[in-house]
Amino acid sequence: MPQHNRITFSWIARMAWRDSRRNRSRLFLFISSIIIGIAALVAIYSFGDNLAKDIDNQAATLIGADLVLESNRELADEGQHIVDSIHGLSQSYAEEQSFASMVLFANNGGTRLVQIRALSGDFPYYGELETVPATAGTTFRGRRQALVDKTLMLQFNAEVGDSVKVGEVMFEIAGRLEQAPGQSGISSTMAPAVFIPLEYLPATGLNQKGSRINYSYYFHLPPTTDADALTDGLDSLLEVHRMGYDTIASRKRDTGRSFSDLNKFLSLVGFVALLLGCIGVSSAIHIYIKEKLTSIAILRCLGATSRQAFLIYLVQVMGVGFIGSVVGASLGTLIQQLLPLVFRDFVPVTISSDISWSAIAQGIGLGVWISLLFALLPLIGIRNIAPLNTLRLSLDTPSPIKDRWSWAVYGIIALFIFAYAFLQLEGVLQTLAFIGGVAVSFMLLYAAASALVWLIRRFFPTSWSYLWRQGLSNLFRPNNQTVILIIAIGLGTAFIATLISVQGMLIARVSLSASENQPNMVLFDIQSSQKAAVASLVKAQGLPVLDEVPIVTVQLEAINGVTAEDARQDSTLQVSRRALGGELRSTYRSKLSDSEKVTSGEWIGETADGDTARVSLEEGYARRIRVDIGDELLFNVQGVRVPAIVGSLREVDWNRVQTNFRLIFPMGVIDDAPQFHVLMTRVPDEAVSARMQQAMVREFPNVSIIDLGLILAVLDEILEKIGFVIRFMGGFSILTGFVVLIASVMISKYQRIKESVLLRTMGASRRQILIITALEYFFLGMIAAFTGVLLALGGSWALAVYSFEIPFTPNITLMLLLMLGIALLTVLIGLANSRGITRRPPLAILRKEV
Amino acid sequence: MAVILSVQGVDKTYRSAGRSLAVLQQINFEVETASTIAIVGPSGSGKTTLLGLCAGLDRVSAGDIVLNGISLDALGEDERARVRNQHVGFVFQNFQLLPTLTALENVMVPLELRGERNCKATAQELLDKVGLADRGHHYPLQLSGGEQQRVSIARAFSNSPKILFADEPTGNLDADTSETVENLLFSLNRDMGTTLVLVTHDLELASKTQRIIRMKGGTVVSDTMENNVL
Repeated sequence: MPQHNRITFSWIARMAWRDSRRNRSRLFLFISSIIIGIAALVAIYSFGDNLAKDIDNQAATLIGADLVLESNRELADEGQHIVDSIHGLSQSYAEEQSFASMVLFANNGGTRLVQIRALSGDFPYYGELETVPATAGTTFRGRRQALVDKTLMLQFNAEVGDSVKVGEVMFEIAGRLEQAPGQSGISSTMAPAVFIPLEYLPATGLNQKGSRINYSYYFHLPPTTDADALTDGLDSLLEVHRMGYDTIASRKRDTGRSFSDLNKFLSLVGFVALLLGCIGVSSAIHIYIKEKLTSIAILRCLGATSRQAFLIYLVQVMGVGFIGSVVGASLGTLIQQLLPLVFRDFVPVTISSDISWSAIAQGIGLGVWISLLFALLPLIGIRNIAPLNTLRLSLDTPSPIKDRWSWAVYGIIALFIFAYAFLQLEGVLQTLAFIGGVAVSFMLLYAAASALVWLIRRFFPTSWSYLWRQGLSNLFRPNNQTVILIIAIGLGTAFIATLISVQGMLIARVSLSASENQPNMVLFDIQSSQKAAVASLVKAQGLPVLDEVPIVTVQLEAINGVTAEDARQDSTLQVSRRALGGELRSTYRSKLSDSEKVTSGEWIGETADGDTARVSLEEGYARRIRVDIGDELLFNVQGVRVPAIVGSLREVDWNRVQTNFRLIFPMGVIDDAPQFHVLMTRVPDEAVSARMQQAMVREFPNVSIIDLGLILAVLDEILEKIGFVIRFMGGFSILTGFVVLIASVMISKYQRIKESVLLRTMGASRRQILIITALEYFFLGMIAAFTGVLLALGGSWALAVYSFEIPFTPNITLMLLLMLGIALLTVLIGLANSRGITRRPPLAILRKEV
Repeated sequence: MAVILSVQGVDKTYRSAGRSLAVLQQINFEVETASTIAIVGPSGSGKTTLLGLCAGLDRVSAGDIVLNGISLDALGEDERARVRNQHVGFVFQNFQLLPTLTALENVMVPLELRGERNCKATAQELLDKVGLADRGHHYPLQLSGGEQQRVSIARAFSNSPKILFADEPTGNLDADTSETVENLLFSLNRDMGTTLVLVTHDLELASKTQRIIRMKGGTVVSDTMENNVL
């Protein structure tokens, strides 16, 4: 006798194939919601793979040497002895002194704060100083010539052969610097470099005592010398002399780690787009299965078990999930060709865009798995479809809430999301925070969308004309996907609106600083001997001296008698090791400024002879280094040990254009220590600013100037670059929303045809039907964008208040324009996909579609 | 003669919006193997519900139904599916063909579900018998109502069922087509020894069966043997 259980997988697959015949394009459309997410992930994975490979291959050019020793002060004898010893082991050796300084372009008098890199030797040993002309990278050495960063050349319209003044010395520009080892586009924007030969540095007069100079020593070691083994042996010695070091391996590790973090962050953003798509898939499959109810009931009637019926549709979903994933992976591989362009400013290596088969495999695997997982929710409902549905619709539909399999699937989905996020974030708390954040965003969007839909139904505008009412009513047609569409499009809108909002507020904040009666130009690195003359020069230009502050560099050596060495030897000591030994810029004054407020303890502005100084710490800094009122601190003020007691803690408003400090000494303690000064003024316009800067650079070339206008321009440029990346990633989410929209239009096409036929039978014109359809999508887009903007306003408020600590000043006009834009885009996409419904005669469509 | 279907003390109650709705009450009858029987009655009398219960498509609220010696109430849904596949055939008013399968594939499905070999040849033979030998590769939408019902009959007989349930088999067909379908049903019933249970409004069709059960308000009001057939 034939056995019922002899049904093989091949029959299931055959039935899945047969059953899909008239639905393949629709099924593919459902799954297409995940294409964008998979594409995003494959692009990001491929980018990550290539980046890791490129960092691996180009690690040596990131650092330019086998070993670099670094110090932020001139080496003492012992330190110099270490450098000399390693020099003895090396094939070649180079030295660099770098610091911030003003330069002046002779051709047009332009001035700007730059990073001066004074170089000796043949550095870099790996890679090169890429210049135009190409030979300039080597020929500038030994001559009074400079290499000038390309952004500076462009900004000041300078040409090779022009002159640039650094300190007291005029250099000929030998070449335009395109790329230096380890330099990225963003670092070049923030601090454009000017290379000069080290031998000319003394003549510039910029390396005076007290100048903040970083010293780097580059070693090209013989192949037989292991740089890491060498530094391991010297580790504690280098720490004692406060010298940092970098080897090819350590730089590779650090760079790799930074970009692996970036990649993980991007993967999570891509994953959110994928999750959105998956919710779209789940929703679409739910409707698909509803439509398949009779077919499933027939199969059950003919003797198919619930498991067989379930498997038939599971195989279908897996099949299209696979195809969707392959398409997504292919698209991702194409997008990946663009990513190097998007990220080139952030990455210090040349990024390749090779096809990454492992990324493709991961993307396809993830796509099939996730489409399966999310389709399971509607698919398990198949088990409950009774064969009685062949005779009449079942009265008893089991609630999915009571179905333990539904809960099992929800559990697996939660577990999968947790596992995926955990793999990226590698920390339970961060993972929970991420999942919590995504869940809260989804829930807020869901709640907002549901509330809006409810409100519209509750307060339905019955007085509106028929076309408007019908357009609005269409949002509630049976099997509608209104809420999922609002979530998908809303989330994308929220991403972009938050970005625009925060970017605007940050720029506005800086601009506000410029517009108020506050300083907008900061002069620093003023030597004590120059203080009075600089102030006179400022006044001679007709500008006010708004503030003048001495700055003393100090080191914290011990907290309550515990030194860095003690802390290293006994990890049980409750002392912040990181705080000990680091440099702090401090000042001394008798009164607090109006941007500071004592929150605990008492500020005493004078210290009598023989008394211990009672210093004031910024409360956040005190918390970080774990000290409180009454704790004893020991400072090293450029060789002199100064004991102090924490006398007060202060709250500081860092947003003011003002000199603010984590540590303040009272008068009478460090007044005579080596120091430099900062002066603040306010310039009325760019012309005065330029004149003032030129005069200052001519008279006092060591004095650096920060112009708020420059900060604004740099901030704008950086935010623009970061913003592009966020828009690029947020775009995936918006795109997913639109794919879900297209799928939803297709799903409801039959219903729309019936409505259209009915309306046209009753005398509606094609134009009227088109208006109803357009209005439906307009409402959908508006509600979605409104929900997204609401979420964005909430998010940017939280970011403004808690993260950036700036006033929350949303640009409502821009938000309204964004909403309108999203709504119009939704209308366009909706109408483009509904063309067939309104263009052709209704009966012809009915014959074709039904 | 042996009994193929026994219905004893069957009640069916649905719960809707917190209220009970009794659709069938105390139904009792037996059907002999290879006989033909019609269940007639006005709309809402419970005849289709009764058919569904007899065929194992639904569970009784009380009583018992024994089909080919198997008590359906004791079986789970998948076991009842097995019983349907091995012993039962169906013909529906609206044909209920799978729209994405060709006529031939529709007929093959019950055979494939039984794990039989040569399904295609058997299905083709059945399509021959219902006069649709050349329509096997057409999809249901490409067939007329009568043709669809003939495919449905071929499918119903494909697993050589011991009992065939037909719910208004001619309800959607014109007079000429109805006659063809009726003839097919009865001739296959005779040739294959299949018990035929019809649910119909059509008294003329009912009169062609050996026995008529009349229902009203969820109860059997009469159970008569038709002399003209006897």
